[in-house]
Amino acid sequence: MSEIINKTTPTPGGSDVAASSVEAPSYTQKRSFGQLLRGDLGFLPVLLTFVAIATYFEITTGGLFFTTGNLSNLLQQNIQIGIASLAVTLVLLIGEIDLSVAVVSTFCAVVMGVLSERYHFPPALAIIIGILVGVLIGAINGFFVAVLRIPSFIVTLAASIAYSGLLLTLLAGQATLIISDPFILSIAGSARSFLPDFLGVGLPTLAIILYAASILWEQVQRRRSGLRTKSLVQLLLQIGIVVVIVEGVVAILENTPSPTPGIYLGVPNTAAILFGLILLVWVVLTKTPYGRYIYAVGGNVEAARRAGINVVFIRMSMFALCSGLAAVAGILQASYANSVASAVSSDLLLSAIAAAVIGGVSLFGGKGSVWSIVLGTLIIGSLVNGLALRSQGSDIRQIVEGAVLLLAVTIDAIIRRIQASSKSGR
Amino acid sequence: MAESINPSVGGKPSTVSGRAATEQPRLLMRGINKSFGAVRALTNVDFEVYDGEVVGLVGDNGAGKSTLIKTIAGVGPADDGEVFVAGEPVKITSPQIASRLGIETVYQDLALCDNLDVVSNLFLGREHHTPFGVLSEIEMERQGLNVLRTLDVKIPSIRATVAALSGGQRQSIAVAKTILRNAKLILLDEPTAALGVAQTKQVLNLILRLREQGLAVVVISHNLADVFEVVDRVIVMRLGKRVATFDVKSTTAEKVVAAITGAEFGEMLQTSTATNGTEGGQ
Repeated sequence: MSEIINKTTPTPGGSDVAASSVEAPSYTQKRSFGQLLRGDLGFLPVLLTFVAIATYFEITTGGLFFTTGNLSNLLQQNIQIGIASLAVTLVLLIGEIDLSVAVVSTFCAVVMGVLSERYHFPPALAIIIGILVGVLIGAINGFFVAVLRIPSFIVTLAASIAYSGLLLTLLAGQATLIISDPFILSIAGSARSFLPDFLGVGLPTLAIILYAASILWEQVQRRRSGLRTKSLVQLLLQIGIVVVIVEGVVAILENTPSPTPGIYLGVPNTAAILFGLILLVWVVLTKTPYGRYIYAVGGNVEAARRAGINVVFIRMSMFALCSGLAAVAGILQASYANSVASAVSSDLLLSAIAAAVIGGVSLFGGKGSVWSIVLGTLIIGSLVNGLALRSQGSDIRQIVEGAVLLLAVTIDAIIRRIQASSKSGR
Repeated sequence: MAESINPSVGGKPSTVSGRAATEQPRLLMRGINKSFGAVRALTNVDFEVYDGEVVGLVGDNGAGKSTLIKTIAGVGPADDGEVFVAGEPVKITSPQIASRLGIETVYQDLALCDNLDVVSNLFLGREHHTPFGVLSEIEMERQGLNVLRTLDVKIPSIRATVAALSGGQRQSIAVAKTILRNAKLILLDEPTAALGVAQTKQVLNLILRLREQGLAVVVISHNLADVFEVVDRVIVMRLGKRVATFDVKSTTAEKVVAAITGAEFGEMLQTSTATNGTEGGQ
């Protein structure tokens, strides 16, 4: 690369000196608890909130909450929120907002339903067209935002209104379109919508093995290049926590009894799709230049532009991907519910955005991890689920949901402020 | 610092006159004119900077410093005039062309992404990646550490977000970024503005490091104390004209201030001609 670097690049052994002479050696020890909360342990307040909510419902429902059946339900009920939240996170990361996710989600499900039920398209084709319509809608939104520089708030609000009208036109007066295609139903809405055991256990285990291997490989590479490495304890802890969480969830799901006695349900297809999508988006966001540009655009547009990043393309592609994922969410929900309705769920949009924000995705762009939205979704989902177990109506639920959202954002803001004030003078 | 102001200490031959005889300037501009409507922002300005030299560009507000820098950086191309980079005639009409010619600018806003870590910022827009499109983090981290060490920059961790760094460290990261882009000439716009004493020291040290590496550096600054500490030559702009050039070893801050404000015009003019004379009359 640069001549200067080549001139001064010593043998690999000499890089040891580089790391120690540039970086403060005591950095890792000196981090305060507040800094940890903003960094590696940023999910801790959210996790504690979830534990508190879950414990409350476990006690007040007399032990109904933590049954395997209920936990499996909890997961399946919240797939649409989870994927919609993943979708909206992409747009939040570049500092924009998409208020049309809920409508687009339902609209694309209706497109799929109409094609499949009325025009008898092959189910796979209907699904693909449904998703592509979502991508197209997103690209149009993105065009207005990125090229014509209209605020995304207005563009997506207008889109939301327009597509909910178009949706009614497509359904032609029908309030609910029943989905009867066996293939579409088999994805999420039938007794067979679960992975076979060897996949249900095998896929997550494979993912963990790949994850652990990549971490260890990186450790070896870093040591070889003389870069700062994590301690072995930290590494094993990191892998250990992931193993416990993933295998724990799989164990719960595999031990969920089905209505038919003697048969166990296993991992729902939808859960596999949700986690597969999160994994995919996570890899793209953190391991590729494209993902880095997304964070850069969210952090400082001007810096991104001067670095030669195609900001317009990044913005448009985020809106397209967001609406595409929203379409996936809607189609899975249609399969789960065995129908598509003309009424767009009024909670979906706010739940999706709330799940992302509770999980720590910044509304101002550039901050947040896709994994955190799992926790956010679980919090929103467990509120709905727990209050339903207690036979509470949506009145109480909405009050509680609003309060939790405000609380989560407030805690986030306070921690940020504490950290800002403890920072060395600038 | 006191030494460099005192003309009597400049015993050894100055780098400027030593180089001028033998070397092509890294950047040479002749007869640059630039107007904004009826306003003449630059009138027949000459400018030159050599490898391994730090030039301070000073002047009052509206003197044309920024306009001149923008013509060099390609942001606001000149109306007419000749530009040579390492002796080759060139036209700098866009920042991309300037970058290709090895000219990089660090603006006051630094253009860093606060939410990204140091490595990500250093390589933003030109990441190293494997054939499968996966980022080569280790390679980037290694190169980043090397360039930071060359510049004698100290940071808590190369994986710390830029938001967690001090002002001086951020300035250093912005400069390191230009070096990774293979800069030969670095333009620094007010590098020490809004920095504390220790941070300023850090940045001045960084500028000296750049000179040691043989790079040409142009520093725009309002702070004459800083200027005198690091630069070899001071070029004074006033009302869109280059009114004087000083060798810091043989001048004082008072003379520079006089040139900036236009006071004691006669005396200043003399100094100017004298300095130009030693450089072979540009």
